[in-house]
Amino acid sequence: MTGGSPAVTLQLEQVVKEFGAHRVLDHIDLDVGRGEVIALIGASGSGKSTLLRCVNLLEPIDDGRILLDGDDISAPGRDPDPVRRRIGMVFQSFNLFPHLTVVDNVALGPRKVLRQPKCPAGEAAMALLERLGLAEKATSYPDRLSGGQQQRVAIARSLAMNPDVMLLDEITSALDPELVGEVLDVVRELRHAGMTMLLATHEMAFAKEISDRVCFLDGGRIAESGPPAAIFEAPQEERTQRFLQRVIDAGRL
Amino acid sequence: MAASTRSRRQRYERRQRWQSGGVAAASTVLVVGLVVLLVPRLSGWESVRRSFFDGDAFRAVFPDLVGPFWYDVQIFLWCAPCIVAVGLLVAMARNIRAPALYPLRLLAVVYTDIVRGIPVILWITLRGFGVPGVLQTREWYGGFIIWGSLALVVTYSAYTAEVFRSGIESIHESQRAAARSLGLSSGQTMRTVILPQAVRRVVPPSMNLLVSLQKDVALISILGPVEALRRAGIENARTFNFTPYVAAAVLFLCVSIPLTRLTDYLLARDRRRMTGTAVA
Repeated sequence: MTGGSPAVTLQLEQVVKEFGAHRVLDHIDLDVGRGEVIALIGASGSGKSTLLRCVNLLEPIDDGRILLDGDDISAPGRDPDPVRRRIGMVFQSFNLFPHLTVVDNVALGPRKVLRQPKCPAGEAAMALLERLGLAEKATSYPDRLSGGQQQRVAIARSLAMNPDVMLLDEITSALDPELVGEVLDVVRELRHAGMTMLLATHEMAFAKEISDRVCFLDGGRIAESGPPAAIFEAPQEERTQRFLQRVIDAGRL
Repeated sequence: MAASTRSRRQRYERRQRWQSGGVAAASTVLVVGLVVLLVPRLSGWESVRRSFFDGDAFRAVFPDLVGPFWYDVQIFLWCAPCIVAVGLLVAMARNIRAPALYPLRLLAVVYTDIVRGIPVILWITLRGFGVPGVLQTREWYGGFIIWGSLALVVTYSAYTAEVFRSGIESIHESQRAAARSLGLSSGQTMRTVILPQAVRRVVPPSMNLLVSLQKDVALISILGPVEALRRAGIENARTFNFTPYVAAAVLFLCVSIPLTRLTDYLLARDRRRMTGTAVA
């Protein structure tokens, strides 16, 4: 798309986000290359979700810039809709539309935003569902699906817009342990297909396996970042060491 | 062993069902029987019966009421869709965030505040007599019915708007976030994600309003048209018997009770379809 150079897709420059007096993101710098998978780890409240919501312009930032393919998407007064079309987001609590069937959930974006005719959009949605092993659930309503199935539908709904980047916000945190695997398999497949992803997660083993780079967030700052092997096996920062120790103690790594 | 425990449990549960069914039937028969037996023994019952529940008077007046009652139903039938439409528009106007449209939002707030604070009968009098008086015409647009209906639409739209607004606000923010993250505009989000869910949620309270409207249609009788209530009043004035009013009441019940049951049925069906379980 950008031709040749290992283009940086998404750049955060000195991003600051405050809720009242509380600084949630404190001068975050982060580059995400095309096809790169970056895992954000850190305790609850460290700013992982806020960072993702800011990238998708669901939260306005207070200072700094967010660039998508070199284009400042965080500029004040900019229409967020065309930007969001290119950035897919999957939420912790699925947020499927309960009044629409699974296939209509997936086809809603293409139909309304991309103005695709009803039938081709439905067929494309079916193809996506088939790829994720959900074809037989197409005409069900979301409430009749298991959590894992719902989350896979939510991923399909995002993918249907053909996004350049996917933001995954703790997508397995609301799932029963035995359902986590099927969702992570989908993320693995996306990585295999070369999707650029930024994911906040508590699944350390998964972060280690899937990501090119891990960023440890603490108090709204990226305290440490690097390849998963380095972060998980030889963390430099004391804060990272303490966090990982707590995770290990809790039996989650 | 397991099978015998199972069948024992089933026998026990079947016996329980029969027992509770029997108790419910027996107590109902007892209470109804007591009412039927004792009420006619009350002193003065005979005069109550003659004034309100006179069988002959009922049979005589009932056919004459059906035509005028159809008039009520017609008024209801054209007011109801107007009320839903206006109520929805006002509810949306109250949610407008665009600064240029602020006056519209303000207007919606003022409208609901003022209209809800004034009795329906006052609105009907004000418009039904006032406007045709000012227009000084006997053309169709000077008709009492037009202005009476308009008064009903104006009043009920204000209540309906508040019901819709509470429905819109009850939809969790995460639904909006999910829709916006797909790139849907705020208008598209409202139309395709928020409203369809909000409307389902407010069906029971809005049906409440519709049933209420179906009765308040009778208030238009103060403007003069001979609908069911006025017709019953004419009979009452002629015979000094209140049975015609009771007959009119029966007619109103004939519409409002099936209307309520129908909504209950539709809602239950909708819920079953979406969740696969129906909690009674």
